[in-house]
Amino acid sequence: MTSMTLGSGATAIDLKHVKVFYSDKLAVDDVSIPIYKNKITAFIGPSGCGKSTVLRAINRMNDLIPGARVEGEINYHGKNLYGKEVDPVEVRRRIGMVFQKPNPFPKSIYDNVAYGPRLLGVTDKRTLDEIVERSIKGSFLWDEVKGDLKKSGLALSGGQQQRLCIARTIAIEPDVILMDEPCSALDPIATQAIEELMKELVKSYTIVIVTHNMQQAQRVSDFTAFYSIRKAEETGGQERRWGVLGEFAPTEQLFSNPKSEETERYIRGEFG
Amino acid sequence: MATMSTARERVKDEAKFTAGLRNRHLRGQIWMRFFQAAILLGLLALITLMFNVVNRVYGLTAVRDAVPVSTFSDRPLEELNASELAGILVAQLPSGGRVLVRDSLIGQENYNNNREAPLSQLIQGVTLPDDVGALTLAQLQPENTQVIFENAFTPEDMRLTIITDIVGREVLESWTWSESLFNRAAIDEKVASTADWEGAQLEWRSWLNFSFLTSRMTTVASESGVRAALLGSLLTIFLTVVVAFPLGVGTAIYLQEYSTGDHWFERLIETNIRNLAGVPSIIYGLLGLAIFVRALEGITQGRTIISAALTMALLILPVIIINAQEALRAVPPSIREASFGLGATKWQTVFRSVLPAAMPGILTGTILGMSRAIGETAPLIVIGASTFIANDPTLASRFTVLPIQIYNWTKDPREGFSEIAAATIVLLLIVLLLFNATAIILRQRFRRSLSA
Repeated sequence: MTSMTLGSGATAIDLKHVKVFYSDKLAVDDVSIPIYKNKITAFIGPSGCGKSTVLRAINRMNDLIPGARVEGEINYHGKNLYGKEVDPVEVRRRIGMVFQKPNPFPKSIYDNVAYGPRLLGVTDKRTLDEIVERSIKGSFLWDEVKGDLKKSGLALSGGQQQRLCIARTIAIEPDVILMDEPCSALDPIATQAIEELMKELVKSYTIVIVTHNMQQAQRVSDFTAFYSIRKAEETGGQERRWGVLGEFAPTEQLFSNPKSEETERYIRGEFG
Repeated sequence: MATMSTARERVKDEAKFTAGLRNRHLRGQIWMRFFQAAILLGLLALITLMFNVVNRVYGLTAVRDAVPVSTFSDRPLEELNASELAGILVAQLPSGGRVLVRDSLIGQENYNNNREAPLSQLIQGVTLPDDVGALTLAQLQPENTQVIFENAFTPEDMRLTIITDIVGREVLESWTWSESLFNRAAIDEKVASTADWEGAQLEWRSWLNFSFLTSRMTTVASESGVRAALLGSLLTIFLTVVVAFPLGVGTAIYLQEYSTGDHWFERLIETNIRNLAGVPSIIYGLLGLAIFVRALEGITQGRTIISAALTMALLILPVIIINAQEALRAVPPSIREASFGLGATKWQTVFRSVLPAAMPGILTGTILGMSRAIGETAPLIVIGASTFIANDPTLASRFTVLPIQIYNWTKDPREGFSEIAAATIVLLLIVLLLFNATAIILRQRFRRSLSA
């Protein structure tokens, strides 16, 4: 289960013994996986297994939740993202994120995509125009919106909104794009469009996707990490639950020949 | 098991359902009628109020001139030019207008201290011919006085002075619009038969007219205007919003976005802001008197518009803060996440995403605060608003505002003053509506730019 045995290319991010706590309650225990460059890594597992928690730890979005704490190391270009001198703002600029529910800003399509570059201080109109056009083309949305970039981002359909959010993310040229169940609020046709887009994006970006949909993981991802839940009885009869990494392997291998019985039962749909 | 089945039977009882359904609809109908009645009652009260006010603004008025204009001019005053008007002042005023020069241009006290000084020194801000400027007041001849008046006064000023000081116009009685329409015969009869009213003229009059807005206050109701009060209100409200809006929104941003609300001190502040919104306005007046009028007199110059606006700003701050906080809280967390996810700093997130999304709500709170401030009277009485201001106010001058004038004129027993009070009420309502309309248009533009 190390990068050696999988024998693939360069690692973009390396998670080592990552533990996440919410106000001193353990949420995810001891996750160690590599995220390979220009590959799609899928996180799957039952509800409450902590797959989104790990994803949000990678670009330090958990910092925004009061009481959240991360132990272990998440190495990115040989540097621990949770090191003292690391600014989370810089982390998020390099590791972008697409959320479960499409969340365009209540602004025009243009302003949505230009938001990131403007944060970085780009004010020149022509440069912004170029970035906006390239990003929207890059998320396969251009043909649908090119005539009306002044229209509100909220006026688009759900699938278009999610592609707008992706355009917004690639506008700041991140290294890695984290996608937290990006299709769970979309219909099958919109889902297919996003999946095709991911296959295109992975040529230039490293992608990590959390999904509830095992077929989706099989269709798009190169590697899959399966998370599962551990339970323990606490004094007073209360149950404590936390997530652990169940198995990490190339997607084909994980689905065709899972190592653990738990993984097998999950991918057969026996629990979810 | 037995109770279980009876419970199921009750739910499935068709006859009871049919009977009960009619009852349920009926109950809903009764409540709906009740709510409609409440709205109708409110509308009725509003219409009565508006009628009562507007009724006083139009109507017949009996006016008498002690010295009719025709005795000294063969044309009406409106048609005369500046030099003709100045000529009338010189010819008709006692001691050839010298008293008017002393009282309105030099100032009684100033004159008593410098009796021998030349006029060019005594009269400030008016250009005088050299030979006239060299004279003392006692040496002033009628032809020289005329030049001074022409240079110092506008024709409008002179016309007003002629009416108040020479004509001695007096409002004998005024009738409401409904009385004037339906009781005309009795009014004519009264004008003709009252012994004291010889020479009285009955005319239709709208108390709220353009010259009412632009003229200065005088002691004659029919000639008086609200110019100073209108300007005072506008200046005060402008300065109030300029001070309260950034302070209030800034406070709300800090409390909502930066403070965690965990510390006892932060909770104390939040609770107190909520309590302050309910403090009676006269208390704010006392606070303003102590702080702005007295303690900070060096900055505010005492009883000025600056003091008034700062007091009003304190008064509406809680309203603005509470509403702005509510608006910020209503901004969905997903917008903040999106912004942070793109590598925005906290400040960038607040300023570029959260604040624009909250702006319609923040403006609603500001409208509420502004509407409250424009009608407040009590705190301004405490901090010492004047009731008679002839000149246009500046930020650092003594001042009056529309509600103070309404208050003052309403209790004036002389004929005509309750009518100009009514006219001022209508004006205040119009100003209020204009302000609100502007703010609502602004809010809608923000809202439109935010949504689809």
